[in-house]
Amino acid sequence: MVASDRKYTKDHEWVLAEGESATVGVTEYAAHELGDVVFLELPEVGTVVAQGEAVGTIETVKSVEDLFSPVGGEVIAVNEAVLDAPETVNQDPLEAGWLFKVRIEDRSEMDELLSADDYDALIGG
Amino acid sequence: MIDDTKTDDTQLRTTPLTAWHRDHGARMVPFAGFEMPVQYRGVLAEHAAVRERVGLFDITHMGEILASGPGVEAWLDGLCTNRVSGLPDGKVVYTAMCRPDGGVLDDMLIYRLGREDWMIVCNASNHDKIAAWVAGRAAGVAGVALDDASDRTAMIAVQGPEAAALTGRLAALRGSADALDALEFYTAFALPRPGGRWIVSRTGYTGERGYELYVPNADALPLWEELLALGGDLGVEPIGLAARDTLRFEPAYCLYGHELSEDWTPLEAGIGWAVRLKDRDFVGREALQRQKDAGPPRRLVGLEVAAPGADGRDRPAPIARQGAPVFCGDEPAGSVTSGTKSPTLGRSLALALIDAGCDPARLTVEIRDRRHPVRVVSYPFLAARVKGDPRAAR
Repeated sequence: MVASDRKYTKDHEWVLAEGESATVGVTEYAAHELGDVVFLELPEVGTVVAQGEAVGTIETVKSVEDLFSPVGGEVIAVNEAVLDAPETVNQDPLEAGWLFKVRIEDRSEMDELLSADDYDALIGG
Repeated sequence: MIDDTKTDDTQLRTTPLTAWHRDHGARMVPFAGFEMPVQYRGVLAEHAAVRERVGLFDITHMGEILASGPGVEAWLDGLCTNRVSGLPDGKVVYTAMCRPDGGVLDDMLIYRLGREDWMIVCNASNHDKIAAWVAGRAAGVAGVALDDASDRTAMIAVQGPEAAALTGRLAALRGSADALDALEFYTAFALPRPGGRWIVSRTGYTGERGYELYVPNADALPLWEELLALGGDLGVEPIGLAARDTLRFEPAYCLYGHELSEDWTPLEAGIGWAVRLKDRDFVGREALQRQKDAGPPRRLVGLEVAAPGADGRDRPAPIARQGAPVFCGDEPAGSVTSGTKSPTLGRSLALALIDAGCDPARLTVEIRDRRHPVRVVSYPFLAARVKGDPRAAR
């Protein structure tokens, strides 16, 4: 059973609402499926993103995958530490491996995300 | 973000170890018409296992074509860029075979197992092409009999600092301890066995000391399981194709379809050391001599994608993958043939085939629509530790 304190997307990202902002990362399922992360491109602080927009990339030895913003709004923080140590995403995808934070423009977009139960079902958990 | 679609793999070929790979957690992928393990624990863990201890590779998909008879030596010498005539028994040679225009058909190993007993080991991806090429070139040649043994031959590589210790423990080699100890780099011997001979060669594709074992299909699984059982204290583990690629990349060993192609010559691809032009003749020799005299128009260079941080230390940089365009100033100058983040060195490195005339200081590589500065670095990126004591080289 995946962490129930947050919501999820079908692109295997988690979204943790904290007041006006949402913190975004990739799930344990994603980290395991991707394999060893070697490089990340994250959006710049101050960028305004839309729900579902490709805002960065996550790169392993074998592939490059897009990162999407699960909600629209302004990017207010980016995890600099993970840019220097991409392996953190594999080691601790739910905490130290957080990727970026967005100030939520429209709270109703959070309702469109998958619940923990829905995401569990998606990954066959 | 994750591609969950499954491919139709009902037409893929298997090896005697395919069921074992599936049963032991390997992620399987199609490769050269075979279903092969791409990883078990993960590419970085497997890469480190080979650099630090010992790993096993199922490379049964490679092609093995036997050539026997008194005419083979001269015939084969006429097809290979490297000299094979005059090889002593037991010697192994790395060579290319070229088209008349000098384009590379494949890179391969040539084994002289006896006076008239030779073996051509070619890439899985080029097996059909090379089998047809050599058969066509042998038609009507006296003293050359070809036997494509690929379908009945399994191949297991044992690679890493502990490879010698592990291989020496095999029951089948217990009577050959001296032969194994004496086996120098790029030599081989044949071992008579009840089910058909084994060939043991001191060769490999990782840059580490190791062996490649050619055995009849029925011996493959018992051999694989015996190696795993014997090597527990040495840390032996199975290694997939992903790590096989990162391992060969660090000593800059060529991979056909990346550094080698029919569209350019071995001179351009940086394997001119395996091309002997003087006092012999082979298919493509004239074209290669002309190119050498004029200077090859392209060359394979090593590149590092640099991402200098504010504090002067390098930050992680993106990987420049095969196909990434390379520019000389604003002019397209070629493209990347292979690239990765080197697990051992921690650097984003690439090999690229570029126009010969470019000033290194003006080179950039384009990754996802952005141009990144690169440094030219010499290769091999990691010195192969295959001669002498592998531990002393660290």
